[in-house]
Amino acid sequence: MEPASLPAEPSRLARLLRQLGATAFSLCITFIGLLAVTFVISRVVPIDPVTSILGNRASQAQIDDAREALGLNEPMWKQFGIYLGDTLRGDLGTSIRTREPVLQEVGQRFPATLELATLATLLGVLIGLPAGVIAATRPGSPYDQAVRLIGLMGYSMPVFWLGLIGLLLFYGTLGWVGGPGRLDAVYQMSYDFEVTQYTGMIMLDTALNGRWDMFANAFSHIILPAGILAYISMAYISRMTRSFMMNELGQEYITTARVKGMPERRVVWVHALKNVMVPLITVIALSYAYLLEGAVLTETIFAWPGLGSYITDALQVADMPAVLGGTVVVGVAYIGLNMLSDLLYRLVDPRART
Amino acid sequence: MSTLITWLRDPNPASRLQSKLGQSYLSWLRLRRNPLAMIGLTISLALVLMAVFAPLLAPHDPIAQELSRRLLPPGTAGNWLGTDDFGRDILSRIIFGSRITLYIVLLVILTAPVVGLIIGTIAGYFGGWTDEILMRITDIFLAFPKLILALALVAVLGPGMENAVLAIALTSWPPYARVARAETLTVRNSDYIAAVKLQGAGAARVIWGHVMPMCLPSVIIRVTLDMAGVILTAAGLGFLGLGVQPPLPEWGLMISAGRKFLFEQWWVATMPGLAIFIVSLGFNLLGDGLRDVLDPRSTSK
Repeated sequence: MEPASLPAEPSRLARLLRQLGATAFSLCITFIGLLAVTFVISRVVPIDPVTSILGNRASQAQIDDAREALGLNEPMWKQFGIYLGDTLRGDLGTSIRTREPVLQEVGQRFPATLELATLATLLGVLIGLPAGVIAATRPGSPYDQAVRLIGLMGYSMPVFWLGLIGLLLFYGTLGWVGGPGRLDAVYQMSYDFEVTQYTGMIMLDTALNGRWDMFANAFSHIILPAGILAYISMAYISRMTRSFMMNELGQEYITTARVKGMPERRVVWVHALKNVMVPLITVIALSYAYLLEGAVLTETIFAWPGLGSYITDALQVADMPAVLGGTVVVGVAYIGLNMLSDLLYRLVDPRART
Repeated sequence: MSTLITWLRDPNPASRLQSKLGQSYLSWLRLRRNPLAMIGLTISLALVLMAVFAPLLAPHDPIAQELSRRLLPPGTAGNWLGTDDFGRDILSRIIFGSRITLYIVLLVILTAPVVGLIIGTIAGYFGGWTDEILMRITDIFLAFPKLILALALVAVLGPGMENAVLAIALTSWPPYARVARAETLTVRNSDYIAAVKLQGAGAARVIWGHVMPMCLPSVIIRVTLDMAGVILTAAGLGFLGLGVQPPLPEWGLMISAGRKFLFEQWWVATMPGLAIFIVSLGFNLLGDGLRDVLDPRSTSK
């Protein structure tokens, strides 16, 4: 605790601003790095971009014109500059398969992935956090061992296989959940025409429109893929929570609180947890970012029309602009979440501000 | 046997070898007390044995088709885990598949950690601008979504086992560089390094002979913990048709083949998935236990 009379305030603000600047700088560097990698990938691809647009029967003059128009005659660094500029303006190229702008297609797909990853992270935190805290209060107990084993199993499970088994069991055999897709076919029609689509996230839209029957149907479809992704994120969150809590419970202020006669429940769930929340924010943001990416395989299994299945569908037909455009979008979201968690960490934890 | 143990436990080792082996023996004793780690070790050893002796263990040819015996359920005499849509024995395919899995894992752990080790030690040893540039590159790769980058890479390079390995290795070296750099920073100013330098050793010699060995334990722990991840990524690529190509019995590929008749013949997709799960769990349990034993920071309760 610093005495308030010390002139620390302006310098702290300056420090924060400097850190914001540094974060923004490294954000830019990382972003350019991401684009450099996708650029290199797009240039070594064995598919000639000119042929893929004009087809095989174009005359030499047409090919030359197209090369000029695409900037393929410029030196490499200039081509990269053009690519960088295009991407910053939101031009991710045109899908070879559909002839639609990639950004527009990705925009249509993104809400589905966001809905899935968000619900999965929520579930993962709701289960993983208390599980980790309780495990830390009883290290070595059977409960602790069980949490550890369940977590390790989550790390070891191929997510696409878990999805198939889930479908087999809960959809095929028990019939408890909706099958692949986001809605039953009947509801899909009325969602497209009767519901005002504010966000593209079906559960949110149907709730806002008061269509609770459709909400229930959407829930029955999302719960299985979200539950499977939540298991993966729960494994990570419970493990990290346990290790942070173990560390925190060994601190002296905890002993002080106990000596003062504070109820154990309050010591653990209020005092220790409050301090653990700071590094946990980072963990949760990371697992969220990971789920945005981890959704790729899950979406393929559940025919979930999100970003992941967009990329894998495009891969099957060698639609490279779509693949790379999708990669850039996921990469940007991933980098953004990383940076955001870093920033939050510094804002919330005074110790990290030095 | 008992003389060997006495030799290993000798508190006054006569040679460097004896001291090192004694240390390893003590670690082994600690590892042996952890039942989960021992299960992990057993599974990992079983995988290696299965891969080595695959032709002896497998009851059938993994690739030979027998269409009269297609899609038989598990428990059928002669095909204990059932057969797939070409009448191939699933058990034999899983046994031979362990070779592919192990091969991929070996290739990745022979490349990615080495690259990371070299970059990390160089960055840590030289410091300054070298450090700044190398670590910035590492951070960029670390900030990438791994699976998606691997997907894009394989899409460009073309599907296949070697390209899948390359893609996985290219996306998994950064954590090793981080670990190696951190270890290097702790030893680079120590007296023995200064002594080696005074004897006239160049940077390459110091890094190769005196810094890298110090980084090895942390890197090895990380490798064991990463092996499961490598297996899962490779299986994922195989599942999407981007890794190992048919008719090779790769586990991920087998799951994707069984997907078509998941609801009628569930075993075709389930069995190889179980194999992946058990093997990854084995590596994870072993890595977890090894970390508790070898990493002094995590043993304190």
